[in-house]
Amino acid sequence: MQKSYEVMFIVRPDFTEEDMDKVISTLQTHATNAGATVANVEKMGKRRLAYDVKKFQEGQYVLFTLHSDGKAIHELERRLRVTEPVIKFITVRTDEEHQRLEKIRKIRAAHTKRAPAESTPAEAETPAVSA
Amino acid sequence: MADEVNQEAREPSRPQSRGGDRGDRGDRGERGGGGGRDQGRKFFRRKKVCKFCVEKIDDINYKDVRLLQQFVAERGKIVPRRLTGVCTPHQRRLTTAIKRARNIALLPFAAR
Repeated sequence: MQKSYEVMFIVRPDFTEEDMDKVISTLQTHATNAGATVANVEKMGKRRLAYDVKKFQEGQYVLFTLHSDGKAIHELERRLRVTEPVIKFITVRTDEEHQRLEKIRKIRAAHTKRAPAESTPAEAETPAVSA
Repeated sequence: MADEVNQEAREPSRPQSRGGDRGDRGDRGERGGGGGRDQGRKFFRRKKVCKFCVEKIDDINYKDVRLLQQFVAERGKIVPRRLTGVCTPHQRRLTTAIKRARNIALLPFAAR
């Protein structure tokens, strides 16, 4: 079963751009080898951490967007745990959330089409939000 | 926190306002001024509206630190619905988003 996931992880701050790219590319190949397709890789840059992680106060955030099954994610998480420069990571499943948003968008579009003139947009939108 | 409890103990004049009414104390601040409390809530209160409903923010994402920060108190606590006016479904999503953000060090578990 293919699902979509987001994996965000933090690389230690003293790594240079090149080292970062190396880490990212190795993780990427590991992910593809495990059977996941990496849809997007986003480097979110250096950020101050909200709390100390392994005695670091800063971290370089990287975001992977993947389409994969659970097994591949499990493997990738194992890799992340083993990879030393990665100090923290989080995996979030996004396909259900995307579906929900899609649904809301559809309902909203239908509402605005059906009654564009007589109802204010706020009125049209409230049921969509609560649904 | 402990202060509040002590104050309550020192005020035996309002025995029935302890249970259900406890909730809306924090948002008004002035506790002595609420004279209408016993006569069925005649005091004026601005109607709070859910930010997410009004601005039509569907996606409460854990990456959106700016947005989440508005609903986190100075110490890093999640601000309750009764203070912010966020509706229940959105508060639920907000809570999970904040907790995720905490996990990846975007938001603090406890500040200072």
